[in-house]
Amino acid sequence: MIIELLLPPLLAGLAIALVCGPMGAFVVWRRMAFFGDTLAHGSLLGAAFGLAVGMALYPAVILCCVMLALILTALQRQQFIANDTLLGIVAHTTLALGIVALSLLPQVKVDLFGFLFGDLLAVGLAEAGLLWLGASLILLVLVLNWRQLLSITVNEELAKVEGVPTHLTRTLLMVLLALLIASALRTVGVLLITSLLVIPPAAARRFSPTPEHMAILASIIGMVAVVGGLAMSWFLDTPVGPSIVLAAAGAFLTSLILPARA
Amino acid sequence: MNTARPLIELRQVSVRYGDVTALSQVDMALRPRQITTLVGPNGAGKSTLARVVLGIVSPSEGTVSKEPSLRIGYMPQRIKLDDSLPLTVDRFLWLGQPSNKAARKAVLKRVGVRHLRKRSVHQLSGGEWQRVLLARALLRSPDVLVLDEPAQGVDVSGQDALYGLLKEVRDEIGCAILLISHDLHFVMAATDEVICLQQHICCSGTPDVVQRNPAYLALFPPQTQGNLALYQHHHDHHHHPEGDACAMEDTHDN
Repeated sequence: MIIELLLPPLLAGLAIALVCGPMGAFVVWRRMAFFGDTLAHGSLLGAAFGLAVGMALYPAVILCCVMLALILTALQRQQFIANDTLLGIVAHTTLALGIVALSLLPQVKVDLFGFLFGDLLAVGLAEAGLLWLGASLILLVLVLNWRQLLSITVNEELAKVEGVPTHLTRTLLMVLLALLIASALRTVGVLLITSLLVIPPAAARRFSPTPEHMAILASIIGMVAVVGGLAMSWFLDTPVGPSIVLAAAGAFLTSLILPARA
Repeated sequence: MNTARPLIELRQVSVRYGDVTALSQVDMALRPRQITTLVGPNGAGKSTLARVVLGIVSPSEGTVSKEPSLRIGYMPQRIKLDDSLPLTVDRFLWLGQPSNKAARKAVLKRVGVRHLRKRSVHQLSGGEWQRVLLARALLRSPDVLVLDEPAQGVDVSGQDALYGLLKEVRDEIGCAILLISHDLHFVMAATDEVICLQQHICCSGTPDVVQRNPAYLALFPPQTQGNLALYQHHHDHHHHPEGDACAMEDTHDN
């Protein structure tokens, strides 16, 4: 009974947390937290767009996020304004645009809170399966391109001289991040996805001698946070998304107390 | 004079960023077994020229011809690595070339830092970083090795050892070497050809010829060289980074 109710949300959360480990590690290593935030805000615009044109939620959000990622990647090559300024402009404009667009849709009653903070308990078994499919796909692409992705993160010029297609690899990383953020919209929501990307790798850093170790440990910490957050939500009747983030933050604080191993 | 067919040849290469001319009509050829050094004041375009050779910057004018399937090894000045990224020396080498462990061990031994293989790169000293970067470049068995200020942040005996090592590497694998250096002191002792750059090539040739060239003397007046006067001593030993001195079979052969 409890299992039937909690199993789909649990599976969905675990799928997101699993991918958030390695993807979040790249976000931390490349200082892309703000970039992730911007994409998350853009996903709300995607949701509004989908509702306006009568498109299914996931395709609309994914389309919008990936397009935003490609545009941002292209814009970041310009020298006119600093990157964080650019991201600040785009992030808040898309967020505002998304909210205004949702409010203008007359007959649609939208659960804005659900988009901002996630609605994991509403996830069904079919959707959880879909998330696992997406998660496996992202993980597969990550593993196949791991050396190139890591190489451009360590030093882009060296990677380029050694024959890595740097621009293509960077774009691939952005698109994967956009896909992940779009799929996570329903589970942890716009405002909390970045924390699920950043907190588990940060907690894993002090115990990791290699990048791979850090990515895997971050996945495990994220999955523990999902279980912990769901449990907290079940027993204390707290909202699920914020509970998961609090569980992750708890893991991070614990990591500061434990003796470092790397 | 080295007459071998050039591995890379630049003809009338110019690079402009907007209105700023970084390089103007540079001709240069890198040949097997030749050590070429770029000298010049700050902002003279040394790094830009190296980047053209590396293929990171494309020239605004002129042509770069390379031998097909040329392998280039690059040793950047320094690597700024975010502290959040844990990385061992072994993993760092693997990134450059998917290689087997034995090859990585061998190349670290070659540059004299075998003991660093499992060390975190965040704990390396300046001199150790240089050796590791050189190891990563060598792991590719390069035809051309490009080094940007390889001796920066390394003390005098470390620089000496590094240049000695470069010569040995050149003799072993027969690669062409392009060096960027501020260090007139060592440049002269370790180089076959010096190119004195100030956007354009002021003068070039063997170290003795260049040193007497008025264009060179205008850029580097003897009094500004201070106590970095040219010296060409003979080494009878070199130092491992750990500090122990070893006999060296082959000293300077020029």
